[in-house]
Amino acid sequence: MDDFSSLLAGFQIALSWHNIGFMALGVILGIVVGVLPGLGGPNGVAILLPLTFGMDPTSAIILLSSIYWGALFGGAITSILFNIPGEAWSVATTFDGYPMAIRGHAAEALTAAFTASFIGALSGVVLITFVAPLVASFALRFGPAEFFAVFLLTFCSFVGMGRDNRAKIITSLCIGFLLAAVGLDSISGDLRMTFGSTELMRGFDFLVVVIGLFGIGEILLTAEEGLVFKGKHAKIDLKVVLKTWASLPRYWLTLVRSCVVGMWMGVTPGGAIAASFMGYGLAKRFSKRGAHFGKGEIEGVLAPETAAHAAGTSALLPMLALGIPGSATAAVLLGGLLVWGLQPGPMLFVEQKDFVWGLIASMYLGNLAGLIIVLATVPLFAAVMRIPFSFVAPVILIVCAIGAYTISNSVFDIWVMLGFGILGYIFKKLDYPLAPLVLALVLGDRAEDAFRQALLGSAGSLDVFWANGLVSGLVIVALVLLLWGPITDAIAALGRRNESAKAAKAAE
Amino acid sequence: MSQPTNTTDEPRGLPRRSVEILVALTLIALAGVVLYDSHGRGAGWDGGPQNGFFPARVGWIFLAAAVFVLWQSFRTESGIFVTYGQLGQVARVLGPLVLFVALIGPLGLYVAAAIFIVAFMGVVGGSRWWSILLTAVIVPIACFWIFELQFRVPLPKGPLEAALGY
Repeated sequence: MDDFSSLLAGFQIALSWHNIGFMALGVILGIVVGVLPGLGGPNGVAILLPLTFGMDPTSAIILLSSIYWGALFGGAITSILFNIPGEAWSVATTFDGYPMAIRGHAAEALTAAFTASFIGALSGVVLITFVAPLVASFALRFGPAEFFAVFLLTFCSFVGMGRDNRAKIITSLCIGFLLAAVGLDSISGDLRMTFGSTELMRGFDFLVVVIGLFGIGEILLTAEEGLVFKGKHAKIDLKVVLKTWASLPRYWLTLVRSCVVGMWMGVTPGGAIAASFMGYGLAKRFSKRGAHFGKGEIEGVLAPETAAHAAGTSALLPMLALGIPGSATAAVLLGGLLVWGLQPGPMLFVEQKDFVWGLIASMYLGNLAGLIIVLATVPLFAAVMRIPFSFVAPVILIVCAIGAYTISNSVFDIWVMLGFGILGYIFKKLDYPLAPLVLALVLGDRAEDAFRQALLGSAGSLDVFWANGLVSGLVIVALVLLLWGPITDAIAALGRRNESAKAAKAAE
Repeated sequence: MSQPTNTTDEPRGLPRRSVEILVALTLIALAGVVLYDSHGRGAGWDGGPQNGFFPARVGWIFLAAAVFVLWQSFRTESGIFVTYGQLGQVARVLGPLVLFVALIGPLGLYVAAAIFIVAFMGVVGGSRWWSILLTAVIVPIACFWIFELQFRVPLPKGPLEAALGY
């Protein structure tokens, strides 16, 4: 019950007028960021982060997390009306959302998507409310070896559970780690991999890298597609909203299934993208109308949206409780906590109670505010998409450059951003995943510190990762997750070989 | 490096395999640099892990993964990485952008932004000259108002701002 009173106190903090104002502002900015190509959750938050350095941490994180909610909502608008996923996690929403819009049911599709997002996010917040304090109090017992094991678990599950080519995931992770190592080494005080350059002494700021990879890279990709958008019109009135809401209870099973998938994928860093596809796939498989999926089925909109938002929200759980973000945007928010002088992780729940519970309360309110705002403003944001690209693109690029510069007032950083923009473009085209790179870059220093401290304590013996039940359990789970993908692949390949051998025999 | 595409009706472009190989080779070279640097500074044990200890180990994994990606690239279907038409579109965005970043140093961000908008909208096309000019004036002024006056975040300034007394 202690936590419950903390939550109530949190609501008091989040319900102050200026925090509600930041919430509304954040949601609106977030929707803009989600609707515009080239801006997204991670780099939208990254660009605005420097502007919040002077703010009170609680208000700052309410503003930034509201941008995150808004971006999650905004992705659905472009998927349904324009068949352009504003975010990678809304790709699955286009499968049924756009056909619905073509058939003239855009308003129903949008209402369904927003409501599903809200339900998904709410389930994620409930999970955080009840589970995060438990995880945090459990994690208070962790030493460096245990923390390194948790980091290992995070990275291994990325490699094992990822949908991309595994060698490329590992490559991407390693690049992140190595970029994190550039500059001043925090333990020995030596310079690493600077090759005599004074600019590299500060190392690579992950915010600059994020703005480059996601912002500039995305604009270059969009430019390739020919720079025109063609969209459907939509107007939402209260009658349609209520009618759609009345039909939702019929799909409760789909919603529950997607919530569970999303929560699981969000906590383990599978991410919102994988969750949305899994939610869609499961709904298609189990729905009575599965055969109609892809032609404009409302369930096909509900399932991926619920899963994506449940995942996107749950990704904040490990960030708050362990200091390990479950998604790229959570990684950026975590970077923000460090900038405001807050050490994310289990101690946060003990030392910064007001902050943590204020944030959790703001998640409830932010999503509610998001739902209302997004329902009211769809026509406005659909109009944003009608502004010509030749006008929007330079503004976005200028804003990206300003964002990269303001982080440490360095023009060199703008060049770094440009370089990573080109890298992001090439990597996206070659299917190198970008999220592992960002995560490793954010966590690299702390993973390395944990590793070195653990080894120092044991005088260099790797036995320290096998010392007690807790750490060896974590390491075993990490290895299982790492090998899970290759093993299932091998089994599937064997199965195929057997089948083709049988088929060959039958043919003889 | 580029291989001729044998199908005639497909649009011509950079072959994916060449780009894949080029990227993998670059990554292998980077891994080599990392390993050279880390082992040069000491990647062993000296009363504790030396500062190259962790990067060197990551470097070896990086090298192995990059070599594996290189090997894979020879075994997969090639296809087209980007058609020359698309590459032209990307260049029309990238060209003005590089110009913009290069001008921020000498001219300050606001003037560079105005030049960038004119260059970008001119190169991409589709806009009337007065709307280009209007955008080029309004956007930098709006940025100045938001960042310099409202948030008090100083951005790089050049001779023009100095002449105006900022």
